[in-house]
This record gives sequence, structure tokens and C-alpha cells, in this order.
Amino acid sequence: MDAPVTLIPRPRADEHSIDARAVNSRSARALYAKREPIYPKLVHGQFRALKWAAMAVLLAIYYLTPWLRFDRGVGRPDQAVLIDFGHGRFYFFFIELWPHEVYYITGLLILAALGIFLAAALLGRVWCGYACPQTVWTDLYIYVERLIEGDRNARMRLDAAPMSAGKLGRKTAKHAIWVFIAAATGGAWVFYFGDAPTLMRDIFTGQAGTSVYLSIAILTFTTYALAGTMREQVCTYMCPWPRIQAAMTDRDALSVTYRADRGEPRGAHKKGASWVGRGDCIDCNQCVAACPQGIDIRDGDQLECINCALCIDACDDIMARVGRPRGLIAYDTHINVERRARGEAVRVRPVRPRTILYAVLMIAVAAIMAQQLLNRATIDLNVIRDRSPPFVRLSDGSIRNDYTLKLMNLAPVGRRMAIEVGGLDGARLVAQDHPQDDRGRLLAEARPDSVANVRVHVVAPARDGSQRLWFRIVDLDNGERAESASAFLGEASP
Amino acid sequence: MAEKSERDEATGRDTTGHEWDGIKELDTPLPRWWLYIFYATIAAAVIYWVLMPAWPLPNGFTPGVLGFSDRRNVAHEIETLRFARGPMFERLEQASAGDLARDPELQEFARASGESVFGDYCRTCHGAGGAGAPGYPVLADDVWIWGGSMSEIELTLRVGVRTDHPETRLSMMPAFGRDGLLSRDQVGDVSEYVISISAGRTRLAPDPAAAARGAIVYAEQCAICHGAAGAGDRSIGAPSLQDDLWLYGGSREEIRLQVESGRAGVMPSWEGRFDAATLRALAYYVHELGGGEPEPPSAPAPALADAPQAAPASVEAP
Repeated sequence: MDAPVTLIPRPRADEHSIDARAVNSRSARALYAKREPIYPKLVHGQFRALKWAAMAVLLAIYYLTPWLRFDRGVGRPDQAVLIDFGHGRFYFFFIELWPHEVYYITGLLILAALGIFLAAALLGRVWCGYACPQTVWTDLYIYVERLIEGDRNARMRLDAAPMSAGKLGRKTAKHAIWVFIAAATGGAWVFYFGDAPTLMRDIFTGQAGTSVYLSIAILTFTTYALAGTMREQVCTYMCPWPRIQAAMTDRDALSVTYRADRGEPRGAHKKGASWVGRGDCIDCNQCVAACPQGIDIRDGDQLECINCALCIDACDDIMARVGRPRGLIAYDTHINVERRARGEAVRVRPVRPRTILYAVLMIAVAAIMAQQLLNRATIDLNVIRDRSPPFVRLSDGSIRNDYTLKLMNLAPVGRRMAIEVGGLDGARLVAQDHPQDDRGRLLAEARPDSVANVRVHVVAPARDGSQRLWFRIVDLDNGERAESASAFLGEASP
Repeated sequence: MAEKSERDEATGRDTTGHEWDGIKELDTPLPRWWLYIFYATIAAAVIYWVLMPAWPLPNGFTPGVLGFSDRRNVAHEIETLRFARGPMFERLEQASAGDLARDPELQEFARASGESVFGDYCRTCHGAGGAGAPGYPVLADDVWIWGGSMSEIELTLRVGVRTDHPETRLSMMPAFGRDGLLSRDQVGDVSEYVISISAGRTRLAPDPAAAARGAIVYAEQCAICHGAAGAGDRSIGAPSLQDDLWLYGGSREEIRLQVESGRAGVMPSWEGRFDAATLRALAYYVHELGGGEPEPPSAPAPALADAPQAAPASVEAP
């Protein structure tokens, strides 16, 4: 395997010789790129503080939400946020949704999409830098790593050192805590799908279902792998957002920017030396050391940059020490970089047609959703017409059609309902198992929070073809009603 | 296609030397973790072969050490279901007509299991939803040859029609024409009279003269079973001739053909093939198709489960 296999003949010194190189030969290239380890250095500053705060809030929301209680009355789940697949219900505090109302999720997704577009237009990749779970958990994992192995230099030394009892101990401790956090992450996830206290007890006593343990195992693995070992590779190789972001951002959007107009020409600076004729960048590489993505922000906008702003904190610290103004690296817009270069005043334009459009759309979608939610009916009717047989001829010459009515009672109390039919001359309702009132309406009961199936027959004088008719259900106590149309088929007799 | 690789200025990386319509491909190495995932999938496949049924052999397959079997799982699930449904079937078997009328849960169960069995065994002849077919009665309408109450339907299901069951439902319409009991003209006349019985409900207009002649033949030959007014008699399975619903078709030719040849169908006896609870479910499903009738007041015992014991009671009632 030492001699490279070359399929293309090597160039010979004659007129047939062509300039060809075996580009895929083993010697020419490595097929697989090994990950270069990154050792982000701890920085202090306003953005680091903001990121700690964001991390605390987001992790708290994730871990604690399933434990919030919300009283819905006897016999109903008291978990504030619960996705109950078994019973087909989604609970969110005072909101309860049925499977047929899943379109609310469409609204939420539209809001989420518009929200991230708006954020991108205003603040660039603020989602990536502060709120993305990949960023939050990676930050948490790096915090643990730093706690056990020390900061950047100590970690680099430790990795370079030969294996020893101390190194083994630290590495074991780090991975153990990582796995613990990963398991807690997977564990918290399943609590959204069942009663958290019950599930917690079941998990530790081995009573929980296979799907619970499997979900925890999968999420433990993905958390550990993505936040512990994959880190920035998720952003650079796997995530579509950096690619989409390029289309969503514009020249007015803020993004973490190295102000080359101020920094260049860069170079080492001796204390007390003059700043005249040179840039403010002293080429100390602190911004590179701080970067969790392993890039140099001075190369300009790049796909790998998640705009976490840690390089801003690192650079501000240095600028303060060398006595230059802060903000050599700062949140800035492309337009302002150009304007400063031309000597014009900077201009921040958060209100632009683009942001107005996003904001208006978001308000509209939110308003529609709120309106739908506030006027949500607690009664609904679905009519399923029997197709086989399409109709039945009776001995007296009339025609009968059969229907299955689904009486949906979305309220937490049992209700008495009257069923009536209309729109078809001479039609009357018959049902074998339900009493009828003096107006010919069928009486049915719907249990709390459930669907009642009522099979009804409609008998009408014979007529050719398809007629329209409607069914209506009326709550006998509060008068709430729902209607649904259907068809009546028949064939005339003489 | 250029053969020469070159250095890309923006990335500082070589191209592969391939070019398509001016687009050149960077020679970017795959990340190492990608390779590891590839190895992991190969390892997973090998582990799968060991654990699960995988490789076909000349006379079978490698079973895998976990002993997984879809066939056994299905059998197990069916057994579990049967066990879970056991109590409901028991309740259904014990239920009286009144119990069933008061118990929506039991109704739902009876309807669902009845529908499933009907689909497998009855639908072939009686059609989906009891729609019927020529020669096979419509079960969804309100016309019954042998009775439309729960207990009557259940009895018909048990004993069948023209079977070798000792209690079978049995009726016989003579082949008046074929066997020479009536002349050709008489068959035509009596057919016209039969049409005139349901006049106003059928599309057919009877020939008054022929119908008048046929009335005499009807009174002599047919009224004994079908009744003087053509109302039929369910106790002997003689259909009503008053409505416009015909088992063998309602055209003039079809009615005449039936008088001529007296066709009669067969329904199997389902006793012994279905347990009592399944028969009850089936009867309930058919009863609820739309034409079900209430229990006749003269029924000897309200308990459907006691249907076989009905015989002595009827003996006591002269």
C-alpha cells in the first residue's frame, strides 16, 4: 500500500504527454477530514453575561415546564403543558386542543418562521448565538468541561499530556457529568407526554413503558453526541439555517462584525508606542481563542459564525487594556461599515419595509389564532352518510337513508343534546336506541370531553336523485348548536 | 470536462478538476464523523443479523438469537384481544333485549363485532350493509320473510333456511308452471293479479281482465300461504305481496317466472359455527341496520338467551 496506485499515466517527456494529475490518488488527498479540536477560552463581558442569563432561562423553561400544575377539575390531567397522545389531547394551561384542531400548530409554525425571519432582519443570527438548543447545550457542556479540565491552556495541556491517573480521572468525570446532563435532557422530554410525577416514579421503579426508556436513550445519545462531541460541526455540516440565513439577512441587519476600517493594518503593539498610521487590532488572537466555532471573525461574515458575540467580549477586554475604545468587534451592519469608510454618520434602521412586513404578518397570524381560540366552539357535529346501501326502499314506498352522527362534546361536562334534521320536505328522524321529543327531535347524551356516535335513519317520500339536507345538534341546556350538511339519495316510485 | 485541478481562490482548496457548465467542484474531504456513522451502520447490520431473523436458508432462515417472530406476535395479539374482549362477549351472551337497549357500551360492542362478522360471512350474499341482491333478501329494509325482531333474526341465523338443521326455517313455493299445476295462461293471469295487489306502489299497470281471472286462481292456489289479501305469513315464511319489494325481482317477467318455477334460496345454519355471543352480535347488527322490529308481545320469554326454551311455552299456549 506504500506505492500510490495511479490509473492515469504519469507525464512523459514526449509530444503525447499531457498535464494530468491523479487527483484522487491516495497521496493527493485525504478522503476524510479529522476534526480539529477547539478549546474556547472563557471571556467576561456583557455578551457572556447575556448568554449565561439566556442559558439559565431557557434550560429552566425546558426542565421545569412539565412540573407546572394547572387545575382542570376532577378526573382531568392537572399538568399545565401536556401532550397526551393516548387520549388525543393537547393541554396548554387553559387551552385544550383535540386532534382535529391540529391546525393551530400550523399557526404556531408560521409564527415561529416569521419570528426567526424578523429576528434575522433585525439582529442577524441571534437565534443561533443565544437560543438554539445546540448552542445552549454546547455552552453548558463547555462549562462542565472548563469546570473539570480548566480553561483553554489547561485543556490543551491535558489533551497533549500522556495518559495518567489524573487525566483519566478528569476525563471520566467530565464524560460522566455529560452523560448525566444528557440523560436528564432525555428524561425531561418524556415528561411532556405524560403526568410528570407519575412518570418520574415509574421511570425509577422500572414501571415505565419501553417507548419511554427508548426515547430517553435516544435523546441521551443525541444530546451527548451533539453537544459533547459534535458541537460546531452540527452548525457547519448539518444545520440548514446557516444556508437559509444568507438569504434572510440584509445589509441593514446587525451581525457580529470586525470593523476592518478601524482595525487594519493590524500588528503587534508595544506599550506606549504610537497608534498613528496603524489599525487598532494588535493581532493578539484573543477573538480566535474565544470562538467556540473555531473561526477568525476578522475574515468577515462566514457560514460557521453563530454570532454568539463572545469575540466582542474578548476584544473589548483587550481594547480596554491597551487604552483604545471598545467596539473593534461589535454588532454592526454592512451599510454602516461602508458609511464609516466614506466618513458618513452611522445609521441604524430597525424599521424597514421588510421588518414592518414581518411584524404585521406576525400580528395578523397571532390575532387570527387568538380570535379562533377565544371563539372556539365546544360542540361540533360530523355526519357520515352510509354508502352501502346508498338508500333503502321501504314497504310503504318511502326511502330511507342512514347516517352516523358524531356528536363532539369538547366541554368538560356531560351534555344533553337534541338532534334535528331539515332542508328536506317530509323527512323524519328515526333511531332505534334514542328517545324522541314531541317535535320529532332525537335526544342523545354526550359524555364530558368525548365523541358520541349516534346512528340515525332519515325517512322521506321517494324522490329521484340526490337532495341536500342538514343535521343540527342543540345543547338542551345552553342552546349552543352545530350544523352539518349531507345528502339524501333516492329513487322515485310511481 | 477539464482534466486539471486548480486552486480555488475563495476557499484556498483544490478543485476536483471536473467541470460541468462552468461549475467546478471543490475537493472537500468528508468529515470523519461521517465515516464513523457509515461504519456504525455496517456494524448495526451485522448485529441485526445476529439478533433478528435475517438470512434465507434452503429450508428456512436464520432465526436470530432474540427469537423474534411476526407470526407469533400476531397470534399473541389476537389471543390478548380475545382475552380482553371475553367479558364483553359474556355480557352480550347473558343480556336480555332490555339489557341491550339500556346499555350503550354493549350496543357499540355488539354492533362493531356484528359488523365485522357480517363482513366476513354474510356480505357475500346479502351485500355490504345488508343491501341485498336478487334472490338474497335486503336486510336493511323493513320487510322480513321470517320476522324482524331480535329473537326471530337470531333464530333464523341459528337454524338457517332450508338446511338440514332439525328446526330449519322451511317454506316451499311450488313451481306452478313447470310442474303443470297451472296452465300457461293461468300463470299469466295470477301474475297480473299479484301485480294488482301492490298497484299504486309498483310502476307496473296490471291488465284488469287478466287480473280478474287471476284472482280466482289466487284464491284457490296462493291464498292459503300468502293470505287472502296478499299480506303473507311470517310463521311459514310466505312473503307479503302488498309491497313493491321483490326477492326475485319486480318486473312482470320476473314475477311470472317466480310463479312458473318457484325458486327458493338457502341460508346456512350458523349454529355450531359461531358461539352464542357472536350470533347475538350478528342479530343485533342486522336488527340495527334500520328495519329491526320490537320483540312481539306474544314472545314467550323476554330473555333472548332462552330462545331454545321457547318451544315448551308455545305448546302450553293453545
